[in-house]
Amino acid sequence: MEYETVIGLETHCQLKTKSKMFCGCANQFGAEPNTNVCPVCLGMPGVLPVPNERALQLTTLTGYLLNCEVPRFAKFDRKNYFYPDVCKDYQITQFDFPSTTTGHVDFEFGDGIERVRITRAHIEEDVGKNNHFAQHSGVDFNRAGVPLLEIVSEPDLRSADMAYEYLNALKDILIYGGISDCDMEKGMVRCDVNISVRPKGEEKLGVKVEIKNMNTFSGVRRAINYEVPRQIETLESGGTLVQETRRWDDVAGITESMRTKEHAHDYRYLPEPDIMPLKPDEAWLAEVRSHIVELPLARKQRFVSDYCIPAQDADVFVGNVPLGGFFEKAVEGAKNAKAIANWVINNLQARLIETGTTVDELKFEPVAIRELVGIIDAGTISSKGGQEVFAELFENGGSPVVIVEAKGLAQVSESGELDKWCREAIDSNPGPADDYRNGKENAINFLKGQVMKASRGKANPQVVGETLAKLLKG
Amino acid sequence: MLHELTLSGLTAKLAAKKVSSREAMQACLDRIDAVDGQVNAFMSIDRDDALGQADAADAALAKGNTHAAQPLLGVPISLKDLFCAKGQPANCSSKILGDFLSPYDGTVVRKLRDAGAVLFGRLNMDEFAMGSSTENSAFGRSNNPWDLERVPGGSSGGCAAAVAAQECFGSIGTDTGGSIRQPAALCGCVGLKPTYGRVSRYGVVAFASSLDQVGPLTKEVRDSATLLGAMSGHDPHDSTSVPTDVPDYVAELGGDLKGTKLGLPREFLIDGIDPEVRAAFDAAVKQCEALGAEIHEVSMPHTEYGVATYYIVATAEASANLARFDGIRYGDRVDGDDPFSLYCNTRGQGFGEEVKRRIILGTYVLSSGYYDAYYLRAQKARTLIKRDFEQVFETVDALITPTVPAPAFKAGEKMDDPLQMYLSDIFTISCNLAGTCGISLPCGFTSEPKLPIGLQFLGKPFGESELLQIAHAYEQATPWHTERAAL
Repeated sequence: MEYETVIGLETHCQLKTKSKMFCGCANQFGAEPNTNVCPVCLGMPGVLPVPNERALQLTTLTGYLLNCEVPRFAKFDRKNYFYPDVCKDYQITQFDFPSTTTGHVDFEFGDGIERVRITRAHIEEDVGKNNHFAQHSGVDFNRAGVPLLEIVSEPDLRSADMAYEYLNALKDILIYGGISDCDMEKGMVRCDVNISVRPKGEEKLGVKVEIKNMNTFSGVRRAINYEVPRQIETLESGGTLVQETRRWDDVAGITESMRTKEHAHDYRYLPEPDIMPLKPDEAWLAEVRSHIVELPLARKQRFVSDYCIPAQDADVFVGNVPLGGFFEKAVEGAKNAKAIANWVINNLQARLIETGTTVDELKFEPVAIRELVGIIDAGTISSKGGQEVFAELFENGGSPVVIVEAKGLAQVSESGELDKWCREAIDSNPGPADDYRNGKENAINFLKGQVMKASRGKANPQVVGETLAKLLKG
Repeated sequence: MLHELTLSGLTAKLAAKKVSSREAMQACLDRIDAVDGQVNAFMSIDRDDALGQADAADAALAKGNTHAAQPLLGVPISLKDLFCAKGQPANCSSKILGDFLSPYDGTVVRKLRDAGAVLFGRLNMDEFAMGSSTENSAFGRSNNPWDLERVPGGSSGGCAAAVAAQECFGSIGTDTGGSIRQPAALCGCVGLKPTYGRVSRYGVVAFASSLDQVGPLTKEVRDSATLLGAMSGHDPHDSTSVPTDVPDYVAELGGDLKGTKLGLPREFLIDGIDPEVRAAFDAAVKQCEALGAEIHEVSMPHTEYGVATYYIVATAEASANLARFDGIRYGDRVDGDDPFSLYCNTRGQGFGEEVKRRIILGTYVLSSGYYDAYYLRAQKARTLIKRDFEQVFETVDALITPTVPAPAFKAGEKMDDPLQMYLSDIFTISCNLAGTCGISLPCGFTSEPKLPIGLQFLGKPFGESELLQIAHAYEQATPWHTERAAL
């Protein structure tokens, strides 16, 4: 029998805020254990949470970037469970009235664009981290209270690769929006994977297995690639699947059961009485909307269609936003966008990387690249001359026209002096001249070289070739 | 004797340099030494710290600081054992917190310090504010100064007993379902529960977050007005505190009750009110009329659901609020083989019976499959009760009711019957559910034995000033507030 895989993802990512969700402690990775803590994020007796406005703004901005609805009423709830890394033994989250609902993410997959629906994106607090030593365990609460966004997808994903591409697209969107740095190494993004299989054509969903707390996208892909055949084999061999939570063992490359439905937590959600419900007004929402940015996929599609540049070039400008911005300014009103893209990608980007500088620090304006391409296309300078002009631009700034003037890089294309150099070259080198006349076309290159030498590189090689051919044939 | 002064009496003497703060503080300590062995209001006292604060207040007074700027300058005030003050315990009369010392000052403590108060002593209470008699304290009950065989009420029983025994010039308690007003009534002092959001809850160990409110207990209404003014106001650390102006409660006192419309809620005058309480209450109503008040009988049809609603909402919130006492980060830990058994051992041995009962009840009403039937319904009932108040306040300025159906009961009398104990709060509970303000003050005594009887006024949201004016007018026209327990 043929099976279809159904996957939904719950993606947690830490918001890029200065302070934690409910107190003033730094939201900072890598500090000594329990140094970024205070009575509030340690859950001391008598403390109260006060929501971080910036985190609320970033949550709503995420909603807009994921095409979500932003309700005018949202609230916080307590999710009750006992665990040493949960300082209050409940986590403040959003249960039945989240800050954003029903959106979607479009992303490239295979040859086309796929859409995954987003159930909701809500805000909650991160928990601490348990550390186990030889004789005892410790809890580091630096992470406790860090604002955490949970993005829940509908079960629209159909394969491990699709899940992988969705996660990467989501990550790009969050980085683009300034929502999160999404630094996987620092545990800023974590995933729960809900996965089931069903006979192809069947409407009803199969028994769901949840794989908890994955912290790499490749791990997610491997876990799905392990779990799908496991489920299918179980069904094929006449077994039944149970709804359960499983753990991914990255070293062994297998999933193993953590707890079944019967032992699932009853989180006993209740409305958080310490925080008033959120009722964002139009002015507040408008302020958030003013920070909406163009999403990676839309940007790529726009670059390809507006500037007629290849998809690979557009990818560079999607991956490097400042460089893309520079390109857009350079290309304004230009005829040869592809050439400008080449200069920006091949020359400018390379030099920026070499010198470790950024687009903001450049000593010349984007228009200079447009001018440079313009004078090369016009034949005013050779492309080799162009390299020289660019080097000078990058080093000291200025304008290409002025640099060409100052360095005497202009090509000679007019007859007159150029004719004279060509005649001299033919007269001084009768052998190659005859060879050409006798049909050895390549012989012209030697003569060309002589002319370039005589002109000290200033002659326009294309015009030189044409002139020599004319003189030799005539 | 110094300890017999009211708060305002003391500040007058301090301002006139007739007494020092140290003398006042020492007078409290002497009084405590003399009577607290019988009353047992105080769980602990940091005497050196108290006298040090008094000396600092004297220095400030000598420097020319005034009570106009710092209304409590040099006044010894005591705190219920659930306020967090830096370096001081906050046991909540529970064993589970062990030798915990608060690492921070809560907002009320900070504001009282800013107002110049000398904060001393930890006052006994029902464990985690759960109870109506202080019999649920893990450290033994407090006794009613009017009759040591009887309870002082609760949960702020230590607060009321300390004021009635004249061991401090005022105390700060919390009121979740009547925990300030009920003991105030039973001990014959004034107890004020402000509107929810009036006083910051930051630094107050939570029982039921949507119901808890901080308030004063004092000998007279004026003193409650002074303390309320010092504690009130918006706090950026408490997002449920409300950013409205704080009136000058003391300056607005005075006047009579002419034109004041008082509502008499029919549903509060139930059978089963103690006859002497009923008689004292009826006399108080007449007294108010004599002072110019119009009495209107009003109906609050959802009153009967108050106690049931309260015990669902309060226990649900408490079950989450008390989860943090798990032995991991602070307090007493009783080890186990794994985290789960550590939790069971720590909480099993650390919490008392009533606290466990309420945690279990709260856990149950939030459980999957029961939430809609209990918690959600209770929230709806709460909305109806709130609406009752909104409706009556369209026609009357305040409500007048007995505070408690009966005077102080004997210790042990209701310990085997939690439901009877819960009914002690029947007249005070709906005010917390509605989030409005209320005050209890003495309105007479029973004859044999002589026990105080409390009168309750319930006011409009953020109508503390009017409420205090009404209570003050009644108080000044009657002799009850001048009576003191003979110890």
